[in-house]
Amino acid sequence: MKVLVPVKRVVDYNVKVRVKPDQTDVDLANVKMSMNPFDEIAVEEAVRLKEAGIADEIVVVSIGPEKAQDQIRQALAMGADRGILVTTDQEVESLAVAKILKKICEEEQPGLVIMGKQAIDDDRNQTGQMLAALLDWPQGTFASEVKKEGDKLLVTREIDGGLQTVALNLPAVVTTDLRLNEPRYASLPNIMKAKKKPLDKKAAADFGIDLTPRLKKLKVTEPPKRKAGIKVESVEELVDKLKNEAGVL
Amino acid sequence: MAILVIADHNNEELNDATLKVVGAAQKIGGDIDVLVAGENAGAVAEAASKISGVRKVLHADDPHYAKRLAEPMTELIVRLADDYDYILSSTSTDGRNFMPRVAAKLDVMQISAITGVESPDTFVRPIYAGNALATVQSSDPKKVITVQPTAFEAVGMDGSAPIEKIEGGPFPEVSEFVSEELTKSDRPDLASAKIVISGGRALGSAEAFEKYIFPLADKLNAAVGASRAAVDAGYVPNDYQVGQTGKVVAPELYIAVGISGAIQHLAGMTDSKVIVAINKDEEAPIFQVADYGLVADLFEALPKLQEAL
Ligand SMILES: Cc1cc2nc3c(=O)[nH]c(=O)nc-3n(C[C@H](O)[C@H](O)[C@H](O)COP(=O)(O)OP(=O)(O)OC[C@H]3O[C@@H](n4cnc5c(N)ncnc54)[C@H](O)[C@@H]3O)c2cc1C
Ligand SMILES: Nc1ncnc2c1ncn2[C@@H]1O[C@H](COP(=O)(O)O)[C@@H](O)[C@H]1O
Repeated sequence: MKVLVPVKRVVDYNVKVRVKPDQTDVDLANVKMSMNPFDEIAVEEAVRLKEAGIADEIVVVSIGPEKAQDQIRQALAMGADRGILVTTDQEVESLAVAKILKKICEEEQPGLVIMGKQAIDDDRNQTGQMLAALLDWPQGTFASEVKKEGDKLLVTREIDGGLQTVALNLPAVVTTDLRLNEPRYASLPNIMKAKKKPLDKKAAADFGIDLTPRLKKLKVTEPPKRKAGIKVESVEELVDKLKNEAGVL
Repeated sequence: MAILVIADHNNEELNDATLKVVGAAQKIGGDIDVLVAGENAGAVAEAASKISGVRKVLHADDPHYAKRLAEPMTELIVRLADDYDYILSSTSTDGRNFMPRVAAKLDVMQISAITGVESPDTFVRPIYAGNALATVQSSDPKKVITVQPTAFEAVGMDGSAPIEKIEGGPFPEVSEFVSEELTKSDRPDLASAKIVISGGRALGSAEAFEKYIFPLADKLNAAVGASRAAVDAGYVPNDYQVGQTGKVVAPELYIAVGISGAIQHLAGMTDSKVIVAINKDEEAPIFQVADYGLVADLFEALPKLQEAL
């Protein structure tokens, strides 16, 4: 079974981004960029499926700037087999990303797509569900365990009340949650090997998809700041403040 | 304008989040209908009919909706979509599961986890773990929106809308519910509790949560939350996680115990009214958002707090 893993180049999770003074967007100049953490988990899961003999080829796709190559190379170093970079310098919204991924799925015919549940830049949590909708495939979102049983995929999902397991027909789309696995670090030899793995480049504009954003960003602002509080010296003082000053006990 | 609100429930009870989603719908303005899709969920439909300001309740009862799986839910909502300009749900894991699927089928861009309504086509939503707020204007003819319930006021329950039974379907039959393992707890629901007490990595074990956090929670009638580190380590179940990629809470009082205050955690709790932090490191970033900070070893402070209450 071929597994497709879409990965997004995003601001590193350790960076605390700042809003630009002109309020047009956040300032991403000179900040560290990385693979979206949930996508690392997706790559790791695909590699484990390959190691278990369930997957036979792992194709990584990223839609973004030329530099998203770095993230594809990282996935290749973790164990993916080849990459597809769909280049564009404009911001592509989830719906358009899903449409491009759909075309790639039609061409590649994967048996499974594993992707992140959420990109930590826009925090939208929707691309996987959209791709599943466009392909009319079932979806297993927020996965903390993935098992193949016969011709079905058993996906255990992290839901509000605990865990839920669903059985999906294949092909399907799975989105990862934090507890699915712990992604490996690529070894130096594997990083070297990854440089020789095939990487196809395509232009987003060539997919014949309207990339015009449906949501116009009117402005981006700082969230209201909390007023600095005080340090209390003892548990007694804390209880007193909560009762008599804050009135919450 | 007509707005369809998808109710959150477990077939027995209507979730309070739905009252807040209706609150958001009222800010948009228009006729508001509520869809209850479930199995033997008559009591939920009854409850939904009492939500203030609702025009009617659509009730689809079918075993396919017992667990509100994304595939049948989507087909049902898309079938009803012609009659509506807006489709709203909360950011519950159900809503986050089926709403983007609905949006894609309608060829519109979902507006995820809104915290504000500026005008009928313009919404505010946090991005980058809440480090920025984006104001976005949608040009889509239909708007598919998930609503962050903590950001909106719940409407009352003094309505009396008619309940209209509707047929289910279509049913894609590509996915199936197998089993679930729900966290059992007599404590209030994390998302709507007035007081939340959360533990972090510093607790060090599931036993420590039981010994230090749970009794305090019971005394305060509080819900228990946790940082990702505590959940990853298996001290508490996954649904306790508060943060950017877990639950967002905004209680009257949030007590963070042994939590450093990473941006991903802050994203889930900085809208709380009063924040208390107990941490032995006086430099811990959590103190920057805490109204009351106590620099102390939690294993000494919590038993004292238990006693003082
Ligand atoms: C993609 C992604 C998503 C994430 N999503 C979330 C999320 O939704 N929610 C979330 O919480 N995190 C999330 N994280 C993780 C986040 O970055 C932090 O790693 C995590 O919040 C740290 O948890 P912690 O504060 O419990 O642990 P630590 O950072 O290790 O902090 C432990 C704290 O306990 C204090 N301490 C130690 N011993 C004691 C003691 N005896 N008494 C008192 N204090 C003590 C220490 O001083 C320290 O401040 C996410 C990370 C990534 C990459
Ligand atoms: N530009 C992109 N290129 C490749 N994959 C993407 C892109 N945008 C989103 N994704 C995938 O979709 C997931 C969810 O993103 P989102 O819906 O934006 O939160 C991510 O974790 C990625 O796996």
